[in-house]
Amino acid sequence: MNASLFPRIVAWAVACFLALPVLIMLPISLTPNRYLSLPKDGISLRHYKSLIDDPQWIASIADSLFVATLAAMLAVVLGASFAIGIWRRGGMAERVLQPIMLAPMIVPPIVHSVAFYKGWAEIGLLDTYTGLILVHAMKGTPFVILTVAAALANFDPRTEQAARSLGASAGRTMAWVVLPQIKGGLLSGAVFAFFISWDEIIVALFITMRQVYTLPRRIWDGLEDNIDPAIAALGSLMILATVALMILQTIKKR
Amino acid sequence: MTAVAPKTASGAGRTDRFYLLMIVLPCAFLALLYFLPVLNVLVLSVTEPQPGIQNYQMLAESGALHRILLNTLRVSLSTTALTLLLGYMFSLGINSMAPRTRTVALFVVLASFWISALIRAYAWVAILQPNGLINQLLMGIGLIDTPLILVRNELGVIIGMVHYMLPYAILPIYANMAGIDRSLLRASRALGANRWRTFWWVFFPQSLPGLAGSGILVMIFSLGFYITPAILGGGRVVMIAEYISIQISETLRWGVATMLATVLVMVVVALTIWMSRYLKVGGGLASKGGKS
Repeated sequence: MNASLFPRIVAWAVACFLALPVLIMLPISLTPNRYLSLPKDGISLRHYKSLIDDPQWIASIADSLFVATLAAMLAVVLGASFAIGIWRRGGMAERVLQPIMLAPMIVPPIVHSVAFYKGWAEIGLLDTYTGLILVHAMKGTPFVILTVAAALANFDPRTEQAARSLGASAGRTMAWVVLPQIKGGLLSGAVFAFFISWDEIIVALFITMRQVYTLPRRIWDGLEDNIDPAIAALGSLMILATVALMILQTIKKR
Repeated sequence: MTAVAPKTASGAGRTDRFYLLMIVLPCAFLALLYFLPVLNVLVLSVTEPQPGIQNYQMLAESGALHRILLNTLRVSLSTTALTLLLGYMFSLGINSMAPRTRTVALFVVLASFWISALIRAYAWVAILQPNGLINQLLMGIGLIDTPLILVRNELGVIIGMVHYMLPYAILPIYANMAGIDRSLLRASRALGANRWRTFWWVFFPQSLPGLAGSGILVMIFSLGFYITPAILGGGRVVMIAEYISIQISETLRWGVATMLATVLVMVVVALTIWMSRYLKVGGGLASKGGKS
């Protein structure tokens, strides 16, 4: 027992370290002061109010939601199509192409940010929704490939062959047999892709200016000027939403 | 039957084309809109400002570059070592917990994984800055008189990076540990080895693939990390990614920037190939998405 006590103590210490920034966010967001501090005498919701009152925050949230939703949809189409294709054909395509298609996940963001900065300037996509959505979709695609491939690994290919030999067309088989079986993988892929876009900052710093102004971009610029407690209010809301979604999913799994 | 047979044969041909198209279209999409721009910019490293390898010669000659590369290497190695140590201890600890408590501990890890890197870096600034939480606490209880410098230096960067990387390290290490056959440990104990010998000679060697895989993964992310070093380093701990960004947006030295980008990509690709011996690339992600 003693031998395993030490790692368990360390484990809880690590858990506290991981939770610390999350736990600190809520009190900071309730400070009545104009600057970043812990509330000493009384709490205030002024920073939450400034989030709602400031149309710029709302506009950025809308921008982020719009970009992330479309990027996630495109990523699911690209990623699922590829994953199903190689699942069905296997062999060379799987061994050679899959690692290549995962590149947007592995290549350091700074490298492709510079690439898109130059590339999008050449074709006039700088600071456009289309430009950002395309990049975010490609960044999300590897995650969809992985989640869909994982879902397909549990799915017997003979089911698909059975549907085909009973006379269903390829499209019908896809819609009625394959896709319903991998719903879970598609959904987690979509969640991943949405989150990747929602949280993405480095590419946004390079290829957007004023027309498209996503939430991470606004937070980043807020950090540059002075550290505004409104960001803590926003951070708290984002943390609460994340934890609520996670709890919801844990309960659903049971 | 005979009437059906040719129909299925041609149907199979169509199906093959259908699935082929499903592979080819996404590949073409990425080739055109991802790989082409990336290669296009990497080529600049041998054409800007004039054709030749002068940008790469700077790697050997420029003192400023040496400092940036050393910063990057030192911070990445410290981050990797600390992350692995903490991640391994954490995994050992939850491995011996009751299932219910283990779920709580893993929930904290996953929650941390899903929370924005930007928000987390912001929180660390609030905690570590001179009039931040830690300094207020230490001065409040009279342990120190002047605030400790915990941020806008390498220490702050490493704290933030370890915090970001821990979930990425813990999930593969723990997955690997959970797969180790317990009966081997019991056999070792039954044959007379004490706890420590059993851990060191039976358990530890089997947990090495998870440790190696996570280590390389953390190294890959650390080398190209931008947000956390930029925010917590406050311009004083410039790593390769931030340096590239400065070359592009301020000094407009595209040749040097793309040379460094090329070097970074080559190192990362080499590390990824090495890592694939221990971990399936992105293998943990699918389960992370499924279980979270």
